[in-house]
Amino acid sequence: MAIELRDFFEIVGLSIGVSLAATAFAAAVSLPFGTALAIVPFRGRRMIVVLVNAFFGLPPVVVGLVLYVALSRSGPLGFFELLFTPTAMVIAQATLAIPIMTALVHRASERAWERYGDELVCDGASPTQAIPQILRIIRAELLTAVLAGFGRTISEVGAVILVGGNIRGLTRTMTTTIALQTSQGDLSLALALGAVLVGISISISATVFALAGRAKIAGSDEV
Amino acid sequence: MIAVIFAIGSSSAAGQSIVLASTTSVESSGLLASILPQFTAKTGIAVNVVAQGTGKALDTARRDDADLLLVHDPEAERQFMDEGHGATRRQIAWNDFIIVGPSADPARVRGGSDTIAALKAIASAQAPFVSRGDRSGTNAAELRLWNIAGQTADILNKERWYRDIGGGMGQALNAASAMDAYTLSDRGSWLSFNNKGLLIIVVEGDPRLINRYDVIELNPQKHAGTKLAVAKILADWLVSSEGQQAIGAYQMNGEKLFNPSAALPK
Repeated sequence: MAIELRDFFEIVGLSIGVSLAATAFAAAVSLPFGTALAIVPFRGRRMIVVLVNAFFGLPPVVVGLVLYVALSRSGPLGFFELLFTPTAMVIAQATLAIPIMTALVHRASERAWERYGDELVCDGASPTQAIPQILRIIRAELLTAVLAGFGRTISEVGAVILVGGNIRGLTRTMTTTIALQTSQGDLSLALALGAVLVGISISISATVFALAGRAKIAGSDEV
Repeated sequence: MIAVIFAIGSSSAAGQSIVLASTTSVESSGLLASILPQFTAKTGIAVNVVAQGTGKALDTARRDDADLLLVHDPEAERQFMDEGHGATRRQIAWNDFIIVGPSADPARVRGGSDTIAALKAIASAQAPFVSRGDRSGTNAAELRLWNIAGQTADILNKERWYRDIGGGMGQALNAASAMDAYTLSDRGSWLSFNNKGLLIIVVEGDPRLINRYDVIELNPQKHAGTKLAVAKILADWLVSSEGQQAIGAYQMNGEKLFNPSAALPK
């Protein structure tokens, strides 16, 4: 069964839209949280750092399953009616991206804090107040963290197929389409879609680096 | 009368959407993609199809996550009705299962129409056989046929030639194609499958191979949270003369995949 062009653009659009939303949401959580983990002392911090790094390898299918049960109409969050919607896919992907982005931001923040921490504290900032400055110092590493998160979200299939349901025109993404086409024996179409997916990942990554490069040149004498 | 129901229904239901939990075969054969746009154009109701095996689809409805069911496993459906989850169960169409296998045909079953004799021959030749192993309607039909042939799932799962892949119809056909194995398929999935390799139909035309598709409405007493009134409009359309015509008109490569049977259930 071939894919019509309109369906194709819908699928690509949904993939990018869901992944961008999930990455943005994950970044809003991970950036401050990752830096706070590195510089704000509190009880249990060590354990959270260990957990965040362990969740790096969180199996998508497990995340999908837990969210499936939670979002089911008969589950604890069922009244939101989110199962089989793009919102459910954003939640699943953000859940997968947050540990990766948090761990990368944490590591970069730790190094920056070792180097500039005393200076910032001398300026009278408390560790919590220093979070924005640390984030500014490590902005190049933030790029890597955000791209790693985006890579995780756009390439993922196990969680989104469970909570999205692979519904044509509503929750069918590039990865779930590839799984579906493969199951129908359309291997060449599945491979072509796979090539498009890789192409999109490369162009987004290249665009971000190009923009970052320009920003770096413009602001090179700031730090 | 149906027109009146539609008129009432569509005035209030337009712009709504329902979740239809269906078997993979009606989705992957292209049937739903062909007929549902006609329904949506007429009523304004969007139908979100979640294609799962019958066992999983029934579970999805048990958990309130679907508004309507389109499935094909008579025994599992009866149990679902006995548990009080369903309100009505109506047959909409039938087609048939077939056994496909490698053209080299190591079990020498090609050209037959006796499924049980063929399964016995496959077992005694210890020729590779791929099982869905996913509690789908096709998987259930396969195990019932093996049972008649004197083999239980417990015995089969110990055999090296019996390969339970735990996947959908397309995955089973891909696996059979790669392993030169036999497998049971519904005709619709087979016809729309594009990686046949050396696989051919070896057994067809046995009355035991009839494959019935039913639409099940949910019981409002157990599933008050679902959109049952809107779902009913689709269920009624599927058995209406218009819906039945749409099902009968669907073809792939010039072959009719589903025989409408609401008026005369098989």
